[in-house]
Amino acid sequence: MKPDAGRFKVDAARATLNATLRQNLNHTLGLIRARRDAAFEALTAPEELQEIGQAIKQESLARLPELLERLEDRLTARGIQVHWAETADEANAIVLEIARRRGVQLVVKGKTMVSEETELNRFLQRHGIEVLEADLGEYIVQLAQQPPSHIVAPAIHMNRREIADLFHEKLGEPYTVDIEAMTAMARRVLREKFKTAGMGVTGVNFAIAETGTLCLVENEGNGRMCTTAPPVHVAMMGLEKVVANLSDLPTLNRLLTRSATGQAISTYFNWISSPRRRGEKDGPEEVHVVILDNGRSSVYSDGELRDTLACLRCGACLNICPVYARIGGHAYRAVYMGPIGKILTPQLAGLETAGHLTGASTLCGACAEVCPVKIPIPDLLLRLRQEGSQPTAAGRALFGPGAGSQRKPAEAMLWKGWQVLHDRPAYYRAATALARAAAALLPRRAASLSPWGRRRELPVPARASLHALLRNRPGA
Amino acid sequence: MTSADPIRYPDKPETVYFFGTCLVDNFYAQAGLAAVELIEREGVRVIFPQGQTCCGQPPFNSGYRDEARRVARAQMALFPRPFPVVVPSGSCGAMFRVHYAELFGGPDTAVSEQAQAREFAARVFEWSEFMHHVLRVRWEDRGPPVRVSYHPSCHLQRELGVRRAPLALLEQLSGVTLCPVEDAEECCGFGGTFAVKQEPISAAMVDDKARKIVAGGAEVLVACDAGCLMNIGGALARQGPAPRVLPLAQFIKERVHEA
Ligand code: SF4
Repeated sequence: MKPDAGRFKVDAARATLNATLRQNLNHTLGLIRARRDAAFEALTAPEELQEIGQAIKQESLARLPELLERLEDRLTARGIQVHWAETADEANAIVLEIARRRGVQLVVKGKTMVSEETELNRFLQRHGIEVLEADLGEYIVQLAQQPPSHIVAPAIHMNRREIADLFHEKLGEPYTVDIEAMTAMARRVLREKFKTAGMGVTGVNFAIAETGTLCLVENEGNGRMCTTAPPVHVAMMGLEKVVANLSDLPTLNRLLTRSATGQAISTYFNWISSPRRRGEKDGPEEVHVVILDNGRSSVYSDGELRDTLACLRCGACLNICPVYARIGGHAYRAVYMGPIGKILTPQLAGLETAGHLTGASTLCGACAEVCPVKIPIPDLLLRLRQEGSQPTAAGRALFGPGAGSQRKPAEAMLWKGWQVLHDRPAYYRAATALARAAAALLPRRAASLSPWGRRRELPVPARASLHALLRNRPGA
Repeated sequence: MTSADPIRYPDKPETVYFFGTCLVDNFYAQAGLAAVELIEREGVRVIFPQGQTCCGQPPFNSGYRDEARRVARAQMALFPRPFPVVVPSGSCGAMFRVHYAELFGGPDTAVSEQAQAREFAARVFEWSEFMHHVLRVRWEDRGPPVRVSYHPSCHLQRELGVRRAPLALLEQLSGVTLCPVEDAEECCGFGGTFAVKQEPISAAMVDDKARKIVAGGAEVLVACDAGCLMNIGGALARQGPAPRVLPLAQFIKERVHEA
């Protein structure tokens, strides 16, 4: 799955016309938004908490190289094996190597967006290893052979009946739309698999450098199972997930659970600090962590774009985004969709591939407002649009290889012409007078052929401009 | 993006500049005139430099900063004296107040120009904000009872942080009953060139917005941004019998002027 400018237009347009999808999204997004808002309203000083969260993440990012080294030291000292992967392929190869060495035939997975990024499932399956998603939402999309459409709620695009159909068809269970019953079905399948799985793979929400602890936040207990039942646990994380101190955690976690699901606290909070030790009765024999770069260090090297790496992957920006709500996650054809996806994907995949996503925003700013760590998403969109529209040679010198890839000669000329008209008051007045007169003559029906007019009436131009109405004022 | 510091409002000035914006100039000139007259009514002199054109937001938002900068430079030069600059748009106001510092903040801009942009930005006020916080207007409503919905435009509420002022102005009008709109704070889907470049998404957004406004039962829809009004008004007109759509200043002017 790769972002593609042409397909985005088509898929997005098609999604806006898909009434079921729109209804499914509206329903669930509405619920999550209401819960998130209530959880924040219940806080004494929500904005201050966001500011503290932002400060913690910025501080962690400022010290990133040092913190990663410390993290590696502490993890290693505790018997957790640390692997560095520069690319997605490297990360997958590391996981495969561990699996082969341990003779793993079945991998169970908790939710991990990093593994979506590396397309681990497909890779392992190609090498003859069965992979089973253990998060309910992930399990559903895996059964449906679809990618997740949301970073927290992977099956948000489906409604209960669609899931019931899927379970009935794929699991051969009697048809039911009862959520409890469906959850029980999935649980029966998964429980069996947990018993035989040779490896559990999960993500990481926070990695604490001070203590060498990996934290995993979840609600279903599948993460707990994946990290304890199989003999090997592999955690996958982006290198930006490290935070300095244990004392940073309460703030970040309060923000994460409230932003993601509106919960004051998640049902499970897993602390992973070592493999099974001598004398302990359970826990994995081996714990590995794969720390993935995959373009992050180049994001990191830009002082402004670096803010992108503060993301907690809470999904709040998706839930509030008016564009996401109308097109859903699949239209983006990207692992990270919605507002965070629009800034992260072009940076990871390159502006050439995903620069068009920066255009799919009204810059309304709702995302930046709810973001628990106050990532200035619209500003970063503007920054990336600037990069994309650079005259190629000059832009590359300034911004690097993807610069200028979104520049269209016709558009560039249009803005140049625009500038000439708006630079010179006499030109502006003459041109706008002409345009108003022409618009007044235009048959109204012709307007409906323009993109504006397909589903909107054109505005009626003023008979006299404000310039004209105020011509006799002082200072004129 | 948002100006984090609370805005310090000046005392009532004797003179202000008015920046009409290109959309008001060409589509809502009467509303621009109403905004000017309502300021003058408070005994404040209004200067409208005839050389003004556009704040530069369209190319800026599309990534064409050089083009935006040239036009922005020409605008700033028209407002040299230390008077407040009143703008009948949250979006253009935010371009001035929030984004000019960025536009003139790069290594390629002269230090003197950076300082000029910051000085200019600090005295820009959106019209409703200025009327409420600086002039502290008191109005007497002379119009008949009417049900009104207010659309809070995105840049006004989120970039300028102006949420209260337009409502405070409306609440002064005794004949006005405010009708709440579901998801009122959600973007209408205008987004400048977005409305054309991403037409299907934009249209889906504004269709929803229009439906929710109609469901709110208002007879009139007001807002502080011409772009949103063109967008929402255009969709409402296509959907059937619809509320009247007009800029806040014009609505207020119609109700408070002495016949
Ligand atoms: S950008 Fe902010 S709101 Fe969006 S997922 Fe990341 S942390 Fe959450």
